[in-house]
Amino acid sequence: METTIEVAGLRKRFGPTLALGGMTFTVSPGQVTGFIGPNGAGKSTTMRVILGLDAPDAGHALAGGRPYASLRNPLTHVGALLDAAALQPSRTGRNHLLWLAHSQGLGARRVDEVIALAGLQTAARRKAGGFSLGMRQRLGIAAALLGDPPVLMLDEPFNGMDPEGIVWMRGFLAALAAEGRAVLVSSHLMSELQEVAGHLVIVGRGTVIADTSVADMIASASADRVTVRTSARWDAATVLSNAGATVADAEGGVLTVSGLAAERITALLGGSKVPFSEVTAHRATLEEAYMELTRDAVEFQSGGPSGLAGRAAS
Amino acid sequence: MTTITPSRPAARPGRGGFAHLLRAEWTKFRTVRGWVIAILVATLVTLLLGLFIGSHSHVAPCTDGPNGPACRYIIPTGPGGEAVTDTFYFVHRPLTADGSITARVTSLTEVTESGTTPQGGPAHTQPVLVPWSKAGLIVTAGAGQGSAYAAVMVTGGHGTRMQWNYTGDTPGLGKGAGEVGGVSAASPRWLRLSRAGDVITGYDSAGGTSWTKIGTVTLPGLAPAVQAGLFVTSPGSAKQTSQQITSASGTAAPTDATATFDRVTLHGGRPGSSWTGTSVNAGPDSPYPTGHEAGYRQAGGAFTVTGSGDIAPDVTGGVPIDVLLAGLFLALVAVLVAGAQFMTAEYRRGLIRVTLAASPRRGRALAAKAIVLGAVTFAAGLAGAAAAVLIGIPLLRASGNPVYPATALTEVRVIAGTAALAAVLAVLALAVGAILRHGAGAVTAAITAVILPYLLTAAIPVLPAGAADWVLRVTPAAGLAIRQVIPAYPQVAASYTPSSGYFPLAPWAGFAVTCAWAALALALAACFLRRRDA
Repeated sequence: METTIEVAGLRKRFGPTLALGGMTFTVSPGQVTGFIGPNGAGKSTTMRVILGLDAPDAGHALAGGRPYASLRNPLTHVGALLDAAALQPSRTGRNHLLWLAHSQGLGARRVDEVIALAGLQTAARRKAGGFSLGMRQRLGIAAALLGDPPVLMLDEPFNGMDPEGIVWMRGFLAALAAEGRAVLVSSHLMSELQEVAGHLVIVGRGTVIADTSVADMIASASADRVTVRTSARWDAATVLSNAGATVADAEGGVLTVSGLAAERITALLGGSKVPFSEVTAHRATLEEAYMELTRDAVEFQSGGPSGLAGRAAS
Repeated sequence: MTTITPSRPAARPGRGGFAHLLRAEWTKFRTVRGWVIAILVATLVTLLLGLFIGSHSHVAPCTDGPNGPACRYIIPTGPGGEAVTDTFYFVHRPLTADGSITARVTSLTEVTESGTTPQGGPAHTQPVLVPWSKAGLIVTAGAGQGSAYAAVMVTGGHGTRMQWNYTGDTPGLGKGAGEVGGVSAASPRWLRLSRAGDVITGYDSAGGTSWTKIGTVTLPGLAPAVQAGLFVTSPGSAKQTSQQITSASGTAAPTDATATFDRVTLHGGRPGSSWTGTSVNAGPDSPYPTGHEAGYRQAGGAFTVTGSGDIAPDVTGGVPIDVLLAGLFLALVAVLVAGAQFMTAEYRRGLIRVTLAASPRRGRALAAKAIVLGAVTFAAGLAGAAAAVLIGIPLLRASGNPVYPATALTEVRVIAGTAALAAVLAVLALAVGAILRHGAGAVTAAITAVILPYLLTAAIPVLPAGAADWVLRVTPAAGLAIRQVIPAYPQVAASYTPSSGYFPLAPWAGFAVTCAWAALALALAACFLRRRDA
């Protein structure tokens, strides 16, 4: 448990707004954990609590098995990128890293190492105020890596990155996880984390909705749904309904069937001489699974915060 | 679900961690060009204004002295090193052993002089009351400027007193409080000084039979042979309103005091010696205004002595070195801006979260910031103030100004104190920045608390003197007293107002007030920083 983040029962209110309603999860080493939820779900607040920046009303958070505030040279335990814009614009990128390194007893050599790791060699000696958002994200990653920490925590690191940068960032995060680090990456877009996250903590309204591996999540979201392409939609729907399935009509001669396995559908349609050109066990995208999970949790869809918050906290 | 009452873990002592924080904050400071420039500007403004004042001040222009050119005039200093006025007329005899001198004073009157006759005397004289005119007995090491002495005297408006070595002053009969108005034939005053080695005791008496001791003083190193006699002196009437930096020669009207002594007896006088009249003064270059009628007449047992001047600490006669630091309050603006920004820049874009994630123990993070800012400001202030004063003094002299004598200790206090004041005020601005978390607000608050009181009381004195004194006692501007060179003396009439360079609190007391403000603000800042979410 040395190289993990543990969050247990975090609760926090900002005035009338419930930010965290009992947030509980653990981040494991050796993989990228996606911390996903719509805006306002409490991702950033959770990260600030983990870093000891915000005090929770209840609950606790541990980094490397200890409260963050008790860590000596904390950046060697947890590297974090909360806000890429948190810079003094008139200071160069390299000097930003330099003071941070000095605060942890590290030297200029380590600064130059992380500049190279983040691919910032050409920009590092320019004023950070002139950096694009993508370059600031790279600078933030470099800062998080200064202490070579076993735990990394990045808040929306893909924001403002160009496609090339996003590809770089995915590969980079995967490589960091492959070195055995615990990597927690937040995003409000599932697509950004597709292919890189091995585990997902999905949150909404300040609480965890799902804490699952990517494979399990896709499987559960795709559970026993089958698409049937047929020219005789009515006949097919009747046969399958009679066999106990739920059938939904989609456009273009495609039915979505749930409640029956693909093999059984093939057999039923063949036995009833209903023509079909394709029977496909449906595989949901991660995005679809995420949308389905968070449909209720998206802030602005709800009638009022109190009703949903009460349910989320229960 | 486990629910634990949240509490920040107690800080554990760290080894070396704080040194890392100091280094980090120093890196932070030096890598923002604006802050470095602000501090350099503060240093340069202090230095350049010091050089400008040094080379362009003409406090006592060479051609403007009442007694001729004032160039190269050097203000005399007393036995303690303090600047003194040592100008009077006395009628004296040598006293070579232990002994005493006794006399009765039957009158003391003053006139103010105006105009000059072709013969050099005053064209008009007018009776005037000069409260600090003095007539009495003196035992002095000699007629040289700044000689050690002890004296008992009657005064124009402050009763009978014993004074010694320029700064010592004790009231006699009636303790001076209600005893206004001089002596007269109907109400004379008996005075006595007795000398035993280097110990002098002063007495006074109403009738010459029952004597009251006023005080006993030791004049260290007093030679066996001294002069004992009757002295009279009277400070210029305009001195009471003269400004510290104003040339006394241009504004003060000279006055003459005349006193009548009788029943004069001297025990222990050198056998065969006779009474001699001597005008003691600082020479023709002195800008100090004196009358023209000094002298004495002896008729029977009575002496009528006329003199002008003062035997007292000098508070008007030279340029104090703190005028070389007149640029300080301009430099302080830059220092306050840099100090506040050093903190509020953290809040402007959320950098404070990076800082506190790197240093979760917030009190230490704030302390490191304050120490680095204070040290940088102190070093810069020391360089600026030392250069301004040490280069400025020769420049002042070269441009014909008498420099008010300051002891080495005073020079160190003025230079290092100015640097320390700048450092403490920078830390105050930093703390205000941490409390308000807003750059413009913090700068405005700091300037309002520090520069505004100074401007309203000293630079552009719009406040009445009483209110100004209170402002400079309770606001963070009180610390500006640290660079006051000329002390205020109750026995010297002068305009002891902030606009004349006098602060109501002693230098270190004023500095302590500023430190208390900085400490209070820093404690509040630490409290807020710990409690608030970053």
